[in-house]
Amino acid sequence: MNVAPLGLAAATLPGTIPAQRVPVSSGQYLAACRLAWERGGRLAALWASDERQRARGFLVRVALVDEDGFTVLELTLPDADARFPDLTPIFPEANRMQRAVFDLVGVASEGEDQRPWLWLASWPIDRFPLRHDFEASPKWEPGQEEYAFVRVTGDGVHEIPVGPVHAGIIEPGHFRFQIVGEKVLRLEERLGYVHKGIEKRFEALGLAAGHRLAGRISGDSTVAYAWAYAQAAEAVAAQTPPPRAAWLRALALERERVANHLGDLGYLGNDGGFAFGLAQFSRLKEELLRTNLAAFGHRLLMDYVVPGGVARDLDGDHAAAIAAEARRLAADVALLRGIYDEHAGLQDRFRNCGHVSAELARKLGLTGLAARASGSPRDLRCDFPSAPYDVLRVQPSVHGEGDVAARVAVRFDEIAESLRLIAAIVDGLPDGPVREPLPALSRAGLALGCVEGWRGPVLIALDCGPGDTIRRCHPQDASWANWPVLEHAVIGNIVPDFPLINKSFNLSYSGHDL
Amino acid sequence: MFQLLRQIVRTGIRTEPPPATAPVAAEVARLNESVRRTLGRALAIRQVDAGSCNGCELEIHALGNPYYNIEGLGIRFVASPRHADMLLVTGPVAKHMAIALKRTWDATPDPKLVVAVGDCGCNGGVFGESYASLGRVANVIPVDVEVPGCPPTPTALLQGILQAIGRIATSPVADTGVDDATAAGPR
Repeated sequence: MNVAPLGLAAATLPGTIPAQRVPVSSGQYLAACRLAWERGGRLAALWASDERQRARGFLVRVALVDEDGFTVLELTLPDADARFPDLTPIFPEANRMQRAVFDLVGVASEGEDQRPWLWLASWPIDRFPLRHDFEASPKWEPGQEEYAFVRVTGDGVHEIPVGPVHAGIIEPGHFRFQIVGEKVLRLEERLGYVHKGIEKRFEALGLAAGHRLAGRISGDSTVAYAWAYAQAAEAVAAQTPPPRAAWLRALALERERVANHLGDLGYLGNDGGFAFGLAQFSRLKEELLRTNLAAFGHRLLMDYVVPGGVARDLDGDHAAAIAAEARRLAADVALLRGIYDEHAGLQDRFRNCGHVSAELARKLGLTGLAARASGSPRDLRCDFPSAPYDVLRVQPSVHGEGDVAARVAVRFDEIAESLRLIAAIVDGLPDGPVREPLPALSRAGLALGCVEGWRGPVLIALDCGPGDTIRRCHPQDASWANWPVLEHAVIGNIVPDFPLINKSFNLSYSGHDL
Repeated sequence: MFQLLRQIVRTGIRTEPPPATAPVAAEVARLNESVRRTLGRALAIRQVDAGSCNGCELEIHALGNPYYNIEGLGIRFVASPRHADMLLVTGPVAKHMAIALKRTWDATPDPKLVVAVGDCGCNGGVFGESYASLGRVANVIPVDVEVPGCPPTPTALLQGILQAIGRIATSPVADTGVDDATAAGPR
């Protein structure tokens, strides 16, 4: 984004994705966000840090993304009493991010909604974990908060509370449904239950060790997170990983995408009352994970992507097995797609269910897979292709209907495209080393890593200090933007369709709660 | 419909035998029999995510796929702790989840088993103990069996579950005071 018309000066950030940082005042902060919105841009992340040790008060950062790349606005607050402008009139999805900033760093927005978000009474409300002078006391017992849910009143309206412990094998979170009869009038989410102090934990790790933690921010996206982290770490260290490593990372990322889409398609079938789908897709997923174990040493590919490259090379036999598997899988999935498409009962559940219009998607900042099912063609692999995506030329899958059926269709398309990419990667894999040690930092400072995970963009903002230390690391999952949209997607649907709608988004709790 | 049936026939049965474990495979049947005698029915598991990264959940899900077919062993996952014999808990226990985990444990009828899953459930893992994390599951509720791994494979999970069943089947509580005739009836 060209910020010159606003009278602002930008400094380029290091790394493979186009990114710049721009120091702003409060007024410019809002003006730049408005400009980004008008240009079709999106809020990619919002976070804050305690900079008092460097005599700079507190720093609020906003990452915007448009067709030119990422722009990080940096707003300095002199002290904790100064408030930062409320972005929700421009980007509604900023609401929870701003509240989380207060919970963790203790600087508040000017927004009206000042309810806590990641704070659930486990530490005193006036202590802020991401401040440098924060000291945890063993005396703090987990407590219970009184959260001000919005209530719907009227004849026959009642409330269904669900969670945090859910009925299935899923992550914990709390949902409040306001319903009349079977119809959902309103859903309000209360998340934060799996907050385990990830951002604070990063600060205790060295730059070269952070990837293990990054790979466990959301286990289903371990490759995406580890790669985004490695991208950021390599950017600060001015390192370009070996070409073979970049190709192997893409291979791992596409396999992660296929594995998760297979799993979701199985459960979506199951939630639609079609157990055959679960049996078939979970079988295919299991076979894929077994190949992962043999070829990469881990079923879910954890710790495969490391700063400087990948943990191990792929030998010829496994490469051939992966190519053969991709061909087989493509045929199997095409056959199953035909069965799903022609199953009247299943289509009856999928179509017009959990609808999100293109207009609503744009307004609320929907992103990733779910946004592509609501007509938005954004995919980081196409928009800012880093090696090897620059030569592989990913074809994004876009559907306009915005319902469960569209989110199913995007998954089917993306499996086919990822399998094509997997075959192309195995075919074109360059020779050479797969890992080089991360050099000592050439500079301290900020760098971004951003990767299109299976769910959507995964962003890591890494702020490094002297001596290869992590001063601040902020991960941002696509789920931050998409959770609030789920609240809209269920309005007017019946309660029994909620599991199906929820699964069609399949958002991360851990990646959001941090 | 024809395609569907053809695919079922073409796929065949993929289920593998359960893993050989400390109480070896040959004993699994005997153990299952003991469980049935002790509990009067199949083992019911309530899974609780107390703060995991969701990696362990992926592998717990895998237990249900045709290869491991956990239901074929007479083990099933239930929706309420009140219906459960065993809690399968992943961690680290987030402080925000501590109360919910304790309540879930309280709601599970005796005799109950707890299996802590994953490196985080066993020792806090990469997250450790902090202002927001209480670390291992045993720091919050009593644990019978720990299954390490990041995440543990479905085979390791199955071994852990079978090991825990072995405990209940051979524990003095299970051996005394339970009359076969009453135990076999509905509970």
